[in-house]
Amino acid sequence: MTSVRDEPVAVAAARPAAGTRWAPAMRHWVIAAAVAAALVLPLATSSFVTFQITEVIIYGLAILGLNLLTGFNGQFSLGHSAFYGIGAYTTAILMHNYDVAYYWTVPAAGGVCFVVGFLFGLPALRLQNLYLALATFALANAMPQILKFHALEGWTGGVQGLVVDQPDPPDFLSMLSGDQWLYYFTLAVALVLFAVAANLIRSRTGRAIMAIRDNPIAAAAMGINTSLYKTLTFGVSALFTGVAGALGALAVAFVAPDSFTIFLSISLLVGLVIGGVGSIPGCFIGGLFVLYVPNIANSVSTGLAGAIYGIILLLVIFVMPAGAAGFARLAAVRLGRLRRRDIA
Amino acid sequence: MNKLTRRSVLRTGAGFLAFAAPVLGARIARAKNYGPGVTDKEIKIGNTGPYSGPASGYSAVPKSHAAYFKMINDQGGINGRMVNCISYDDAYTPPKTVEMVRKLVEEDGVLLTSATLGTPCNSAIWHYMNQKKVPQIFVATGATKWDDPKGHPWTIGWQPNYQSEGRIYAAFILKEKPGGKIGVLYQNDDFGKDYLKGLKDGLGAKASMVIVEASYETTDPTVDSQVVDMKAKGADIFVNCGIPKFAAQAIRKAAEIGWKPLHVLSSIGNSVGATLKPAGLENAKDLVSDFYVKDATDPKWKDDAGFKTWTAFMDKYLPDADKTDAGNVAGSSLAAMTAQVLKQCGDDLTRDNVMKQVASLHQVSVPMLLPGITANTSPTDFAPLKQVQMAKFDGQRWELFGDLIKGEIG
Amino acid sequence: MELLLQQVMAGLANGAIYACMALAVVMIYQAIDHLNFAQGEMAMFSTFIAWQLMAWGLPYWVAFMLAVVASFAAGVLIDRVLFRPVQKAPILSQVVAFIALFSILNSSAGQIWDYTVKSFPTPFGHKPMFGSTLIDTHEAAMIGVTLGMLALLYLFFRGTRLGLAMRAAAANPESARLVGIRVGWMTALGWGMAAAIGAVAGMLIAPIVFLEPNMMLGVLLYGFAGAVLGGLTSPAGAVAGGFAVGIIENLAGTFIPYVGRELKLTIALIVIVIVLMFRPTGMFGRRVVSRV
Repeated sequence: MTSVRDEPVAVAAARPAAGTRWAPAMRHWVIAAAVAAALVLPLATSSFVTFQITEVIIYGLAILGLNLLTGFNGQFSLGHSAFYGIGAYTTAILMHNYDVAYYWTVPAAGGVCFVVGFLFGLPALRLQNLYLALATFALANAMPQILKFHALEGWTGGVQGLVVDQPDPPDFLSMLSGDQWLYYFTLAVALVLFAVAANLIRSRTGRAIMAIRDNPIAAAAMGINTSLYKTLTFGVSALFTGVAGALGALAVAFVAPDSFTIFLSISLLVGLVIGGVGSIPGCFIGGLFVLYVPNIANSVSTGLAGAIYGIILLLVIFVMPAGAAGFARLAAVRLGRLRRRDIA
Repeated sequence: MNKLTRRSVLRTGAGFLAFAAPVLGARIARAKNYGPGVTDKEIKIGNTGPYSGPASGYSAVPKSHAAYFKMINDQGGINGRMVNCISYDDAYTPPKTVEMVRKLVEEDGVLLTSATLGTPCNSAIWHYMNQKKVPQIFVATGATKWDDPKGHPWTIGWQPNYQSEGRIYAAFILKEKPGGKIGVLYQNDDFGKDYLKGLKDGLGAKASMVIVEASYETTDPTVDSQVVDMKAKGADIFVNCGIPKFAAQAIRKAAEIGWKPLHVLSSIGNSVGATLKPAGLENAKDLVSDFYVKDATDPKWKDDAGFKTWTAFMDKYLPDADKTDAGNVAGSSLAAMTAQVLKQCGDDLTRDNVMKQVASLHQVSVPMLLPGITANTSPTDFAPLKQVQMAKFDGQRWELFGDLIKGEIG
Repeated sequence: MELLLQQVMAGLANGAIYACMALAVVMIYQAIDHLNFAQGEMAMFSTFIAWQLMAWGLPYWVAFMLAVVASFAAGVLIDRVLFRPVQKAPILSQVVAFIALFSILNSSAGQIWDYTVKSFPTPFGHKPMFGSTLIDTHEAAMIGVTLGMLALLYLFFRGTRLGLAMRAAAANPESARLVGIRVGWMTALGWGMAAAIGAVAGMLIAPIVFLEPNMMLGVLLYGFAGAVLGGLTSPAGAVAGGFAVGIIENLAGTFIPYVGRELKLTIALIVIVIVLMFRPTGMFGRRVVSRV
């Protein structure tokens, strides 16, 4: 499930795990192999690559948050940069102004974002589709302005932002570098949250959440409290993205209003679609895309980086209209057919 | 080396003698001492800049910076070494800056970064660079915090900082119109707020002269509403700290509604070509502003030697670029300063020596600095440029007046 | 009172910018049933084309007409080349394709024409209207042109067979196909018209905000807000919404003490969201009744 590595082979191997009819045993092996690979990765690569993969996991987690809301519950959001930012600022403010230890700030960020997300979900109940998109778009655009607001400057550091100390590894792990420790810390948080998400989706609650996406009126008729589930999903989604924001603040060791603009929301949306809407492992493919593709575009042409990025994006959408997860599903089906033919 | 000096670095006579000393010293030493990214043939340096995204308007800075080093290489490099300048896009987002700068330092192994752009972006790598002891020199932002040799000895700014410029406007206003009412237009971000703070600090006890503080967002289509507000509230002094687009809108709107205040324009938006022409030259008459570099679009410089050097560079290395873009002046000047430091390092190209040379600039001038303005630093002074000169627009060109002034900040 | 009047007028002038953009937004919504994030960049690119033609020496109106025609053609082309292949893809994938288009247009314009602001001429001049300083001739003309385009669109959609066919194709593609409407071409036509309206909007907006690759970022934001506030199904509503946003924003910025200016965007957006909570399909939008 946590199929995040930079070796393309391993990523490809992990893909079919996305909701195919593979034997459960096979699925477990793939997950175990992925986790094992993730565990040894920092020992095999430079600290810079470790840092990059840490960021990939963080973006993957943020995309997972968005996926819970958009992919599984059918509520469109362009406002997740705001939740990411609130998470990041919660960590930064707690560490900078109140000297709270970094590991406590992560659940705190999740809690704050859950509350904010839940509250935002209340008015959002009345809005659908594009109207909801606009409301969340508004939230994303308002966030940097609020962070800069002079009355909050004592907390947020205003336009200058806040510096966060990068966490040191605990004493019993002092052989690890700061980057390696942060990687393992992030990986651990991500694994927990992914397990939570996977179980949530398979539970009764998860089925209710998806029923609302597929047909809200029918879901309500079946006795699902759609308002409650929708606002709760909003809260949980914000929680996931907020935790990602908190980890992002630790990784980058700095927060500023300019880090959390609408363009971050757009990146997360792109990651969601590229990875596959409604796919949990796809979130990490999305994370890889969000981090690496701008770098690839940059290496093709610095001046035209934006245009190259756009072209790559279009090509990917043409080839995989339903994202990597959809592509993998299709490939698995085709492969299965071929194999059956071979056997016959 | 002499060739480069002659072509690209102008100095005053006094400056030449004073600055030649360390170079000679380095030559006598002769010991080759290389830090990361340096070989007998190459010096690797790097930076990040906003090539994409909403701040891409500033991309001329890193572009002209890189082009300038191409010229230096074509002219034989620095002390026989080619400068390999690696520039990455960070889209003006701090997390991306951190990633790309770590790539420069850890993967590409650059000796230093030069002209990384943007206050938030540089703030994000500030601690990292100082922890890793990598020179982060001549950052392309005018925040006050870069002058901190004690706390951050590996980071240094370049341009006169925004706060000191704000103080200079305050001093000018107190002299010209001590009883006036001031309206300030500023961008709601780091540089706008720094200008405002400098202005109010400079006014001191008379800070209440400021009756309208009108911020704008870069997403605002116009600043008409802000200008109308100032006129309606009776302001008779207008401190206009907009970037060219908004500064031009404000100048035009003020003229349109028949408002004729004492109009002080900040140096960030005082280009004739980029601001005043779009606003209408006739609307810009009698504007006052401050300068430390030559305005590339002001016809008064056409016979100036430094200006000619710069134009020749632009024509050859950035033929398609827009000379009205002030980023081209800034980027090439930052590159010229960096080249100067590398030259001063001689064969001792370590990170320590880079900072040592950066901290001992004495009356260094580059082609586009105003005549008489030089960069000076010491181990306790990390603000290379401190002087500016005021100027008044006569409808065609800026006329400099008064002495070079310093805006010390407290 | 003087200040209030002035701010309302300045708001109307800004509102005209948003209204213009909102009209283009609604146009494409009518044709393809969702928002086009690249709308602003398309308008910006069209305006640059007109600017380039004038720089080559063509008179204003020739450049204007050529830019409108070229934009129409480009709109049709974008539909055929870029959006045909993803037509069957999930809606979010299409949204991502818009984002890609946004990025390509923005970056290419910067590379071709640079990022410095350029003044864009107006045939209406920047003189005070009726000797008052409240609004200038260009801004007044812009309000007029926006209302004129609105009237033309109304006539087109209500009074012509083609307009009716387009509405049918957008509202119910399957049924429209059954009655012989070529739905694909109707969509392409919608794209072309949206691009052409965007071009007109861009050329009207540029003299006020100055021409540069990022000129539409903020305008599009407010244009969307205006369109959604007014109701995406109603061109007249979108125009009204655009004006409303301009006025709300200016009044909030000027008259709300302490927080006004710094948070005016936030306040304007909150007002819009509150309005939408009471009128979930916009001020003039139709309620959509869904079938189970």
